[in-house]
Amino acid sequence: MSLTGSDDARTPGSGPLPRQVLDADQINRACARMAHQILESNRGAADLVLLGIPTRGVPLAQRLGRAMAEVESTTIPVGSLDVTMYRDDLRRQPTRAVGRTEVPVPIDGAVVVLVDDVLYSGRTVRAALDALGDLGRPRAVRLAVLVDRGHRELPIRADHVGKNLPTRSAERVHVRLEEVDGVSEVTITPAPDGADDPGEDRFPDPAWTEEEID
Amino acid sequence: MRHLLSAADLEVTEVAEILDLAEEMALVQSRPVKKLPALRGRTVVNLFFEDSTRTRSSFELAGKWLSADVINISAKGSSVSKGESLRDTVLTVASMGVDALVIRHMASGAPLQAARWFAELGLGVHVLNAGDGTHEHPTQALLDAFTLRRHFRGQDPGRDALAGRRVAVVGDITHSRVARSNVALLTTLGAQVVLVAPPTLLPSGVDSWPVEVRTDLDEVLPDVDAVMMLRVQRERMSGGYFPTPREYTVGYGLTRARLELLRPGAPICHPGPMNRGLEISADAADSAGSLILDQVAAGVAVRMSVLYQLLGGADESGAVR
Repeated sequence: MSLTGSDDARTPGSGPLPRQVLDADQINRACARMAHQILESNRGAADLVLLGIPTRGVPLAQRLGRAMAEVESTTIPVGSLDVTMYRDDLRRQPTRAVGRTEVPVPIDGAVVVLVDDVLYSGRTVRAALDALGDLGRPRAVRLAVLVDRGHRELPIRADHVGKNLPTRSAERVHVRLEEVDGVSEVTITPAPDGADDPGEDRFPDPAWTEEEID
Repeated sequence: MRHLLSAADLEVTEVAEILDLAEEMALVQSRPVKKLPALRGRTVVNLFFEDSTRTRSSFELAGKWLSADVINISAKGSSVSKGESLRDTVLTVASMGVDALVIRHMASGAPLQAARWFAELGLGVHVLNAGDGTHEHPTQALLDAFTLRRHFRGQDPGRDALAGRRVAVVGDITHSRVARSNVALLTTLGAQVVLVAPPTLLPSGVDSWPVEVRTDLDEVLPDVDAVMMLRVQRERMSGGYFPTPREYTVGYGLTRARLELLRPGAPICHPGPMNRGLEISADAADSAGSLILDQVAAGVAVRMSVLYQLLGGADESGAVR
C-alpha cells in the first residue's frame, strides 16, 4: 500500500492540497481486517459491544459490527458514546454541540470496543473512558481506530489500528465516510509553509510503522 | 447565548439545539449515575422571590446533574425580608463569583434589569429567567414544546412535530407568563396558537399577538391538536375577573364532558400546580392523553440543556475561568 496517493484537488484556493492516503476500498479492507482481529483477540463475539464515538466513529462501529456479524453469524450490539460533556477542553471554546449516546445493551460485564476514526492526542479516548465509567462497569475496554497518527499526550494506545499514519503535528488528517460525507477516503493536508518545526520527527516513527501497515 | 430572558428572543435553530440536547439529557435521568461533568466548577444560584416547587427543584437538579454547585436563595429567610433592594441583592450574590443566576421575581422585567446591571458593571454572570411577573417563563415554554414534540414525534415520526399544529391555550391569559412564553415559542416553531378565555381574562393588546382568540371552549376543542390548561390564580379570584369558580369551570374548565369533544388521543398539558375541579377535572388530569407528568420530567432535561448552552463553553470574553 502506497503512502502517497493521488493529489486531491477538490479544495481550491490557497494552501497546500490534501493528499489521499486511503481510498474507499482500502478503508473497507482495513475495517474487515480489524473486525477479524477484534474477534480473534476476543476469541469470538461473546460479550462484545461496539460503541462508536460521534461523529465518524459511529458508522465505523457499524461497519465493524456488520463485518463481524458476517464472520460469526450472529449480531453484535453497536451503539454510540458521545464524550462532549467529558472533554477537558470544554472551557476553551464556544459551547460544543453534543452528539447521541445510545447504548444498546447494558455494559456491565461486557467487553466494550470503543471505535473512533483518528487517534491523536488520546484526550477523546480519555473522555470516553470517563463516560463509560458513568454508564456501568465493563469487563474490559478495547480501542479500535481507523487511523493512528501519533502525537499522544496521554498514556493511551489503540488495540486495533486500521492504519498507522506518520504525521507532523501541524498536518491535518481528515477521515471522510460515505455514511456521513458521501465519500470514503482518508487525506492528509500538509502543514502550511513555515508552520511546522523542521526539526520535528514524524510520529509514529515511519521506521517501525511501515512494517505494520500491510 | 448569553442569557435566557425571554422565549421570544430564541431563533428556531436555537430552540432546536436546546430541545435536541434535552433529549440526550433525558437519557441521563434514567442512568444509574445521574451525573455529567460538563459544569464542574461552575456555580449556579437560584434566586427566588416567589414561591416555586417544580421550577426551583428542577433547576437545582439540572445544575447538580451537570456537576455545578447549586445554592438556593429565597426571599423568605434572606435579606430581602429586611428590605434589601433587588439591585443590592442581585449584585451581592453576583459579587461572590457565581456563574449563573436563575431569577424568579414578581416584577416583569426583573431578570432583564439584573442582566443590564451585570453588563454595566462588567460582570460575566449569566441570567436565566425562571418567571418574571406576568411577562415570561421561557423554560416552561421550552419544556412544553419538548413534551409536545416528543408526543407528536412518537405518533407520526415522518412529519415535523410542531409546525402546523393547532394548540389551544386556555384560561387566565392576562396574568399568565406561561401563556406569553408559549405563544412566542410555539409561533416560532410554526404552530398555530388558539387562546381561549373569558373576555375579562384576555389582556389588552391581545389582538396584536400572532394568535387566534376565541371565547367558546366547546367550539375550539374538536379542532385542536393539543390543549394547554392554565392555572386559575385563586389569589386573584376577588378581582372580579369571573363571578364564581363554579361558573369558570362551567365555561372554561376541562371537564369530563369536554374530554369527549377532544380529538382522540389529543394531549393535555398543564404547567402546574393544578386546581383539580376548577380549571381541570381529575378525569382530564389523569386521562390517557394527559402529559402533565411528562412535562415535569421534561423540566429537568430542558433546564440541563439550557444550563449547558449558557455555561458549557468558554466565556464570551474568551477567558478561561
